Amino acid sequence: MIELLWCVPLIPFVGFLALTLIGGQLTKPLISWVGTGSVGISAFLAALIGAEFLNGTIHPYHMIWGHWMELDDLSVPFGFYLDALSMTMLFVVTGVGFLIHVYSAGFMESDPGYARFFAYMNLFVSAMLVLVLADNLVLLYLGWEGVGLGSYLLIGFWYEDPNNGYAARKAFVMTRIGDTTMALGLFLLFTQLHTFDIQSLMLRAENQWTPGTLLPMVSAALLLGGAVGKSAQLPLQTWLPDAMAGPTPVSALIHAATMVTAGVYLIARTHPLFMLAPSVQFTVAVIGALTLLIAGCSALVQTDIKRILAYSTISQIGYMFLALGVGAWSAAIFHLLTHAFFKALLFLSAGAVIFCFHHEHTIFKMGGLRKAMPVTFWSFMIGSAALSALPFTSGFYSKHEILLAAFEVSPVLWAAGCLGALITGIYSFRLVFVVFFGAQSHGVEKTIGWRMSAPLLLLSILALFGALLQIPLGTVFPALLDQESEHPFNIISVITGVVPILGLLVAILFYLTGTFSAQRLANYGWVRPIRQFFFSGWGMDALYDCLLVRPFKTITQLNKNDAVDGLCLAIVWLSRRLNHLVSASQTGRVRWYASSLVLGAVTMIAIGLLS
Amino acid sequence: MNGIPMELGLLLSAVLFVLGLIGVMVRRNLIMILMSLEVMLNATGLAFIVAGSRWGQADGQIMFLLILTLAAAEVGVGLGLALQIFHRFHTLDADSVNEMQG
Repeated sequence: MIELLWCVPLIPFVGFLALTLIGGQLTKPLISWVGTGSVGISAFLAALIGAEFLNGTIHPYHMIWGHWMELDDLSVPFGFYLDALSMTMLFVVTGVGFLIHVYSAGFMESDPGYARFFAYMNLFVSAMLVLVLADNLVLLYLGWEGVGLGSYLLIGFWYEDPNNGYAARKAFVMTRIGDTTMALGLFLLFTQLHTFDIQSLMLRAENQWTPGTLLPMVSAALLLGGAVGKSAQLPLQTWLPDAMAGPTPVSALIHAATMVTAGVYLIARTHPLFMLAPSVQFTVAVIGALTLLIAGCSALVQTDIKRILAYSTISQIGYMFLALGVGAWSAAIFHLLTHAFFKALLFLSAGAVIFCFHHEHTIFKMGGLRKAMPVTFWSFMIGSAALSALPFTSGFYSKHEILLAAFEVSPVLWAAGCLGALITGIYSFRLVFVVFFGAQSHGVEKTIGWRMSAPLLLLSILALFGALLQIPLGTVFPALLDQESEHPFNIISVITGVVPILGLLVAILFYLTGTFSAQRLANYGWVRPIRQFFFSGWGMDALYDCLLVRPFKTITQLNKNDAVDGLCLAIVWLSRRLNHLVSASQTGRVRWYASSLVLGAVTMIAIGLLS
Repeated sequence: MNGIPMELGLLLSAVLFVLGLIGVMVRRNLIMILMSLEVMLNATGLAFIVAGSRWGQADGQIMFLLILTLAAAEVGVGLGLALQIFHRFHTLDADSVNEMQG
């Protein structure tokens, strides 16, 4: 079964081709069968392969399906590499991807671009699978750019609104900055180590480079640049909240569960390189800690349901970066897994609310939906509990692991993580209480069908019990030094566990019982600018607007009559003048021709005689 | 046959040739242009004859016969064209027949 690994990315690609070429002629049920079916088959295959892999020796499996390009000493095969890490990603991408496809079949039912939507989604899933299964960095980069393309197409899916197109371009350009540094990193690695194959690359790096020297640091930093761009971390995080312009299932799949975690995957995949560059690795942790705080604060004050979730995604990926930075590789991937479950669940529930609420996004216009939409309410509740890491949900275990590992490295990082956990608790339950409790609002128009509720139920189960999935990540990563000397009941782990509950309590006091009023708090003079600051995402958009966008526009304005064009236009002008000159001599008068002939002949003879 | 020096004969032929050329360039009447062309052809013919007599060979006369044939053919075509132009434009002015502008 494991020999069929190459089918897993190929089948969604075939689905994409089919939907692109003949999607216009298919009926809607057939489109949804092709679209979800292709991902379903690859999910089924992935499950079989995973079962065989986990029941076997858990030895990494490597296959080469064909050759992509071969030059002198450069060989890039379509090689797939399966170990516990790519296995985890495979489960997330195909499993969560399949559930979201089923959900989309209901969510996008009335959209005229049904076939186009599923074609893009299949393309995305295929590219993402190539990314996680690639055995060499070039193939990984192919998948990396493929998911970027899928993300761009799907953010701008409703292209009639220019704002959506703007959001899509913003996401594309900002991730491109990271991709460029990543490409530079690949070039550097290849020129130094003469291979693209990840495993032998890591082996050669460990053998040839001494830790802490310039080469591993530069190459790790360049790869980090790519990861930061794709995973929307500081300072390239501003594209993700705007990416919510796409349909909600897209936000769930691409901008929460899979694509944005590609950066985490990349760093985990190349972790030996980062271990050779300790300062870069520490930078990863600092970036993660800062991002999780900044994004958490922004999530506190947003009013758009999807933007709250977007900021919480940035914040949760910050936790993953923190874990990577402190060397808790398995914890990072574990949080990636649980995050994929509960964040997909949250987005799909939010999608259900938006679906039934006639595409309303503002949370303060909703309220009291608990009775009207019980399934959605409970899934949202479970998702929020897991997001804020309440005990005994999957998020609790993964986040707990991360924070304890962070404490081993630096108490400051741990404190930042705990503060972030408190904020997470507040904003996620603020969302729940505002949307589902309080006065009943009368806006619910539709109900969700089984295609939308079944994924919610399954994801709820996964979000609750996903922590029980035992994936032997220890076979890929070096173990933490003090794995054995774990103290389950010291004060640190108690604080770490209690903080989210505190956040829940704060949210209850503010938004459920109304003991304190957020409205009154916001009216204090000193709170308002802070609130505005948080609301605008810490002014990063305005900053980039001032620093980059506006100067760029000014320069383009100045150079509207392009200097380079001037040169080309001069050539055009010159040849046109010459043409006029010569064509003026074509008068059609025989005598004029004869005269010029004589003149030419006389000149030639004169030259012949005189020289 | 050696009464006239070759230089004088060639000078005569050059003068005739230039006169014909000037005729072609300055005349506007098609008939006159054709006649000037004839003068030019005959000037070259004369040059051949002079050269042939200088070297005592028949080549020059053979070339002259060739030029005569060519001139006859040229006049035949040229006059035919002149007739056609006169039919169509009712004039023999070469400058007025520049409809195609080259």
